[in-house]
Amino acid sequence: MEVKKMTVQLEDKAKAIRRHIVTMLGEAGSGHPGGSLSAADLVAALYFKVMRVDPEDPQNPDRDRFVLSKGHGAPVLYAALAERGFFPVEDLKTLRKLGSKLQGHPDMRKVPGVDMSTGSLGQGLSVANGMALAGKLDKKDFRVYVLLGDGEIQEGQIWEAAMAAAHYKLDNLTAFLDHNKMQIDGNIEEVMSPEPVADKWRAFGWHVIEIDGHNMEQILNAIEEAKKTAGKPTIIVAKTVKGKGVSFMEDQVGWHGKAPSPEQVEEALKELA
Amino acid sequence: MTKKIATREAYGETLLALGKENKDIVVLDADLSKSTKTYDFGRHYPERFFNMGIAEANMMATAAGLAAAGKVPFCSTFAVFATGRAYDQVRNSVAYPRLNVKIAATHAGITVGEDGGSHQAIEDIAIMRALPNFTIFVPADAKETDAAIRAAVEIEGPVYIRLGRSGVPAIHDDNFQFNPGEAVQMRPGKDLTIIATGMMVSVALEAAEQLAKEGIDARVLNIHTIKPLDIAKVVDAAWETGAIVTAEEHSIIGGLGSAVAEAVSEHHPVPIKRVGVRDLFGESGKPAELLEYFGLTAKDIVAAAKQVLKKKK
Repeated sequence: MEVKKMTVQLEDKAKAIRRHIVTMLGEAGSGHPGGSLSAADLVAALYFKVMRVDPEDPQNPDRDRFVLSKGHGAPVLYAALAERGFFPVEDLKTLRKLGSKLQGHPDMRKVPGVDMSTGSLGQGLSVANGMALAGKLDKKDFRVYVLLGDGEIQEGQIWEAAMAAAHYKLDNLTAFLDHNKMQIDGNIEEVMSPEPVADKWRAFGWHVIEIDGHNMEQILNAIEEAKKTAGKPTIIVAKTVKGKGVSFMEDQVGWHGKAPSPEQVEEALKELA
Repeated sequence: MTKKIATREAYGETLLALGKENKDIVVLDADLSKSTKTYDFGRHYPERFFNMGIAEANMMATAAGLAAAGKVPFCSTFAVFATGRAYDQVRNSVAYPRLNVKIAATHAGITVGEDGGSHQAIEDIAIMRALPNFTIFVPADAKETDAAIRAAVEIEGPVYIRLGRSGVPAIHDDNFQFNPGEAVQMRPGKDLTIIATGMMVSVALEAAEQLAKEGIDARVLNIHTIKPLDIAKVVDAAWETGAIVTAEEHSIIGGLGSAVAEAVSEHHPVPIKRVGVRDLFGESGKPAELLEYFGLTAKDIVAAAKQVLKKKK
């Protein structure tokens, strides 16, 4: 019963995050809704249940870290941080505007709660490895989470980092693969297939957990399993739907990097009510 | 003549000493630790040494993560790989977020020698100068290297330190003070100024000696910090001596010569001649042969000095 209640609360948070994503992108007039919406449940679980973070002390050296390697998903991170109290929700309206702290891709020097500046794809896992190595060196118990896109893993550096994480036995690191199966130019299968994804990570020495990335209970269980896995890093391959939660955006490649019109925002918000 | 020491050797020694003094220092290498001289640090402090394998891009971004979590990482590899192979990682994961990563790039310039053009970084200063937030040191001898490495640790932010493979003569005595961003006048002079960096500082001093024999009084400025450039001392040299020769073991495009020309043309234009590698890639050969072949000897600086003097008003 307790678990059920918590899951419902987190699902509500994910919905609130989705509402913010749609609203801020409509306001900005550009940005990436598809891959922000697909990751909303994962990010909600992290910021509202799993991660040890404190909006009053965003730089605390003992905090858990989150690296949004797929930096174009910035709206999902900004929405979660605002909901969690790192900055006022009203600020979300300034996304992508001149002088705003909310740059098109996350800037750690501008936004409280952003642990790493990202945007050039393929670099976040390496950075997360560095944080995890530092944690081990200092014998700290913080954990590092990193969110990868499934198109992003076409970058060779991802596999350099995958090799290194296993080599250095980074069991304080958990990666998520937002496996929504689409990238700007089309289906990943057509552009450059990364399949079989789970087998590749296994071959690189990772513990792999495959889940439905929109099922909160599965997300939480997977994160718990990752925490208990010793001696190797874990990747949670989360099967997701691009544009999840907004019917006309779901599974549509065209919504990778396009902002909704005011009418579309309204329609989307009705669905996300 | 004192023994020649390569700046990479001095780097390795200083790193080892700093390892004892500062527990936050960690070192990353990409399978070149015996060449970059980080090997001894790794032997003494294995828990703070990470061999990242032949994966420079991953190394740079991993260092960014270590820095974001409070460490002071030194990343070492050859200058061609540090600035070329890993450029995007250095740009977006180190420079843009202004993280406290120190890149000690060895085997810069043509004096790498026999490995040839693929391994001779002659554009690294140009690349690094274009990146905001980076401090760039190009030490001229072992003592200056030691000081630059120590200064890099004190600087909160990204630092690029350019080091060489071949031995270079000592140019400083024990009283030398290294102040980041401050050009060092190695020799006074009123007829023209030779502005040099790295291993070319000793060559510039040799050229000034030869010019003196012909009655030409050359000032020699040592620029150990390419960025931020000591614009005041460079412009003073333009005012006071009216002609400038730059000397660097780097392309004449985008390096010290360009930096000096930019500053002088904005503040006090005077004739300038840049001594460096023309718009060419390097080649295999012995370091001394290559310096001769590419026109980086004292004789070349002397010739350049005579040219600018003719144009001096």
